[in-house]
Formats: sequence, C-alpha cells, structure tokens
Amino acid sequence: MATLPIHGLMAEFHSPEALLHAAERAHRQGFKRMDAYTPFPIEGLAEAMDLHDRRVPLIVLLGGIAGCLGGFFLQYWLAVIDYPLNVGGRPLNSWPAFIPVTFEMTILFAALSAFLGVLALNGLPMPYHPVFNVEQFELASRNRFFLCIEADDPTFDRDGTWKFLESLGPDGVYQVDR
Amino acid sequence: MAEPLQPSSPPPGSPQIIGPGHTFATLTDKISAIVLTQHTPWFWYVGFGVSFLLVLVLFFCIAALITRGIGLFGVNIPVGWGFAIVNFVWWIGIGHAGTLISAILLLLRQKWRQSINRFAEAMTLFAVASAGLFPIIHLGRPWFFYWLFPYPNTMDIQPQFRSPLVWDVFAVSTYFTVSLLFWFLGLIPDLATLRDRATARAPRFIYGMLAMGWRGSAIHWHRYEMAYLLLAGLATPLVISVHTVVSFDFAAALVPGWHSTIFPPYFVAGAIYSGFAMVLTIAIPLRRLYGLADLITDRHLRNMGVVMLATGMVVAYGYLMETFTAWYSGDIFERYLSMNRMFGPYGYMYWLLILFNILIPQLLWVRRVHTNVPLLFLIAISINIGMWLERYVIVVVSLHRDYLPSAWGMYSGTIVDYAVLAGSMGLFVCLLFLFIRFLPMISIFEMRELVHDLSEQKK
Repeated sequence: MATLPIHGLMAEFHSPEALLHAAERAHRQGFKRMDAYTPFPIEGLAEAMDLHDRRVPLIVLLGGIAGCLGGFFLQYWLAVIDYPLNVGGRPLNSWPAFIPVTFEMTILFAALSAFLGVLALNGLPMPYHPVFNVEQFELASRNRFFLCIEADDPTFDRDGTWKFLESLGPDGVYQVDR
Repeated sequence: MAEPLQPSSPPPGSPQIIGPGHTFATLTDKISAIVLTQHTPWFWYVGFGVSFLLVLVLFFCIAALITRGIGLFGVNIPVGWGFAIVNFVWWIGIGHAGTLISAILLLLRQKWRQSINRFAEAMTLFAVASAGLFPIIHLGRPWFFYWLFPYPNTMDIQPQFRSPLVWDVFAVSTYFTVSLLFWFLGLIPDLATLRDRATARAPRFIYGMLAMGWRGSAIHWHRYEMAYLLLAGLATPLVISVHTVVSFDFAAALVPGWHSTIFPPYFVAGAIYSGFAMVLTIAIPLRRLYGLADLITDRHLRNMGVVMLATGMVVAYGYLMETFTAWYSGDIFERYLSMNRMFGPYGYMYWLLILFNILIPQLLWVRRVHTNVPLLFLIAISINIGMWLERYVIVVVSLHRDYLPSAWGMYSGTIVDYAVLAGSMGLFVCLLFLFIRFLPMISIFEMRELVHDLSEQKK
C-alpha cells in the first residue's frame, strides 16, 4: 500500500506489438489517463489510446500565412511608403519582384512555427518527469516499450491496476513515484 | 524472442538496405558507441587536425581581407566576381542534397534514406555555413554586411527588394534556419538515447539538456511525426527556391551567357548533382573507417550513384540546350560567348568541365562501376571538381568578355583566393568531424523504425 503519492504504474514490454495490444486492452478496460513510451514512433499507438492532436498542422498553416503576409507587407511598406525609389518611373509596388522574399518568409515562419509549435505542445523542455524515476525506463530510448497508467485516472486503484497490468504479459511492472 | 530480427532471406537480386541481424538494441549500441566512446579513433584526430589547420588558414585570410581589402583577391574590372562567388554557389549547391535526402526522399517514402539522412543534413548545414562566409568576405566593406537586412536605421535607407542579391539574403538565411530546425528536431529523440546511454556526468548533462526531457511519449511522437512531415514538405520547395534565387543572381543580370531563363532548373539540377557527389564523398570513407557498411549498405551507394547519374544527365542536357539556344537565338553576343567558352582563353576549363562532369560520370552506366565502391568515390570527387569548374566557367567566362571588346580582360585567382577556398573546405570538414564525434551520425530512431518496418513486411 503506497503512502507516497505516485504518478502511476508502468508495464514494460519487449515488442511494439505487445505494447499496442496492451494499450488497446487498457483502453477497452476503461483507462483514460495513460501514456506509452517507445524508442520510435509506433503506428496506431496514439489512436489506440484515443490520443489525437490536430493542432500542429494548424499552427504551421497560421505561421506560414503570417510569414507570407508579413513578408509581402514588409516589402510593400519599405518599397512604397518608407523608402520609395523612383527608378525610371517604374511602379513602386513591384509585386512580382517581391515574390521571392515573400515565399522565403512563408517557409521560414511556417518552419519556425512547426518547430516551436511541436515543442510547445509537447511541453518541452521538461527536464524532469516522474517516469524517469524508474530505473528500467532508460531502455525506453533503446529497445523497450512502456505503458504507464496514471494515478489520476478515475478508475485507478493501485492493487487492481497492478494486477491488470500483470495480466497483459509484460516483462515487468513498476511503480512510478512522483 | 519478440525483438524483430532482420529477415534472413533477402529478395533475390537486390541487396538489402540494412545488414542482417540488427535489432533495436544492436542499432542503438552501435551508433551511440561511436559518440560515447572513451577512445576516439586516431583517424578522427588526423582528420580534425588537418581540417582545423585549414580553418586557421581561413581565419588568417579573412583577417587579411578585412584589414588589407579585397584587392587580395584577383577580382578586377571587368571580372568583378571571382572565386568568392564561385565558391558561394558551389557550397550552396552541395548543401542541397542533404535536404533532398532528408525531405524529398521522406515524402517519396524511400526507406533507404534512413541511414544517410542525418549526416546528409549535417552536411547541408556545414555547406551552407561555409557558403555564407563568401557573400560577407567578398564585400568591399564586410563590416557593413548587416545593411542587407531590413532594419530601422539612422541613415533612413532600406534594402532594394527588387535585387536578387537581397533575395539571396533571405533565401540563404531561411535555408540555413530551416535546415537547422529540421536537423535538430530529428536529433531530439537520439539525444535522449545518448542521454540515457551515457555514463559520465558531463555528457549525460549536456545531452540531457539538448534532449529537453524527451521521453518517447506516444502523443509526443504523434505530434513530432506530423511536424517532421510538415517540415519535410516545407523544405522541398525551399531547396528548389533557394538555388533558383541563387541562379537569379546571374539570370537577372544582362551579361551574355547569364541572362537566360535556363538558369534556375540548370542550377538546381547541378546542385543536386554536386550535393549527391559530396554525400558519397563523405559516406564512403565514413562507412569504411567506422565499420558502418551494414547500415550504409552497398544498395545505398548504388542508389546514390544512380541519382547522381540521373542528375548528371539533366545537367548535360542543360549544357546542350544552353549552347543550342545561344546559337538558335541568332544573337551575336550569345553566339560569341558560346564560342569563347569553348575555344577562348578559358577553353581548357570548359573541356575539363565536360570531362569531369559529363564524360567520367557516364561510367556509372556500367554495372561493374556503380557497384565498385572505390570507383564510385573517385567519380564523386570528379563531379565535385567538375561542378566547381562549371561555376567558374559560368562566372568568369561571361564576365571577362561581354559586349564591348575594349572592356575585355582576364582573370586569375590569387594565392589568397585558393587559400580561402581550401580554408572553406577545411571549415566544412572540421565541422563534420566535430559532428561525427559528438552527435550520432546515423538517425538511431529512424533505423529502429526501418528494422521494425522491414520485419513487419515479412509477415
């Protein structure tokens, strides 16, 4: 019986298929607050745990649009309003000539949004996380696959969840302290 | 035993893209061992030492250029652009293959990119860094280089956005930034691996900080994959646009031989060509020295050789069309330029260029050649040289004899020109050696994915 608050319970698997089945069973069992940790992305894993996030493409799109409009209007403002140069009476708003820089700014801002967006949504940098307290977890970046059911899940019960995790056939079950 | 072992029977005829017997663990250990080793191999010290000396030469030359002026270069009137611009275009072109391998091959779902994309992207970064020096040091007053950026200033002036030189500033800065972001994003999970595998305190701390606490969470991977794919999708048009903008430096000018719409595709094809040649130039010694032939397999080298051959054919077509269009246009200046290029005072360079860029790589059609690793290496070097000669021919030959014969002149590189070129190569190699010592040169998590996907296919 744990007297310290725990983050959750973690099961270790040695193949991605085993983890995927375990995640599906855990989801069917009704656990909502859980996460899986793998050394490489596993297709279908996030979906099996009902984890979705469509915000990254949206952030990139918005960033790209911002770059496009910003780039064009920067040039427009500088070439037409702030520092107009009369070169043989040619139009100041020479928009075809503004296209290369506008294009590059679109890509630049979209890329920056993608990078910063994914870091921000993932909450990184996050140097500390309870799962690192489990010694075997260092294999999560090598060749082991972990499923962690968090203690703030409504149906979490330390002994019951421990037994459930053991029934999934893992290599080991561990307690994750905060 | 549930860890997937590499399928032991390859499909008949085609070599595998990964050696047999690899598991997630062996891949991780092999690649991270190169970085986390206590015993740096002797050849690393030799390579780093020699290239570092060249970097010192570069710094000395830059100091001389800033204090004495660009008269140390061989540029004159009419040839106002010389080695500096040749080198700039050459280096930027080399960088393009890295992005192509990372981004375009990802979008085309080519699995064989997995083991070469990391150091190819690093190569892009270092090539662009070397390239970026030249527009700065070739300026008469390089300390004013920041005037090229639009910033609020007391002189009340702004850059001329209709100039390809300003477009270059944005294109190259964007290219460097996006490549850096793409490369670093790809590194984060591998930095986490190194953090977990490192035993000494300092590496654990540094890799830990750089990995930003990555733990491989499923939802993190989900967003990460999306961002990575989007960055690849962004980097693809970027590659094409950057070298197009660099080609505009010439195409937007009036000089015969430059003012041609062929330049954007011609330059981009040439960039991919020289870039793949440089990737091979790096990959072949690296895989030999570090024993990575089971990860960077013969199939990779063969595929890269084939891409090189294909782009070489596009470049050859470009040369042909350039000459044909010059003749077909009936313009006496364009026609003279083509004649001068081939038979004028720099004619020897043109024919050397044809030899190195077009003729020698035709050997790649022969199966015995593109499966022979040392020959592939020599052909890659030949292409690197040929592409440098191509840039030289484009820049110098068009400038030295343009419309008015009384303005004709000659150009040759000075010792400082050559020293800076060698120095920039030293900078590139030095950065590459630092990279292979401190960071995983093959993408560990993508190799794990590859092994997993290949074993899934077998089921």
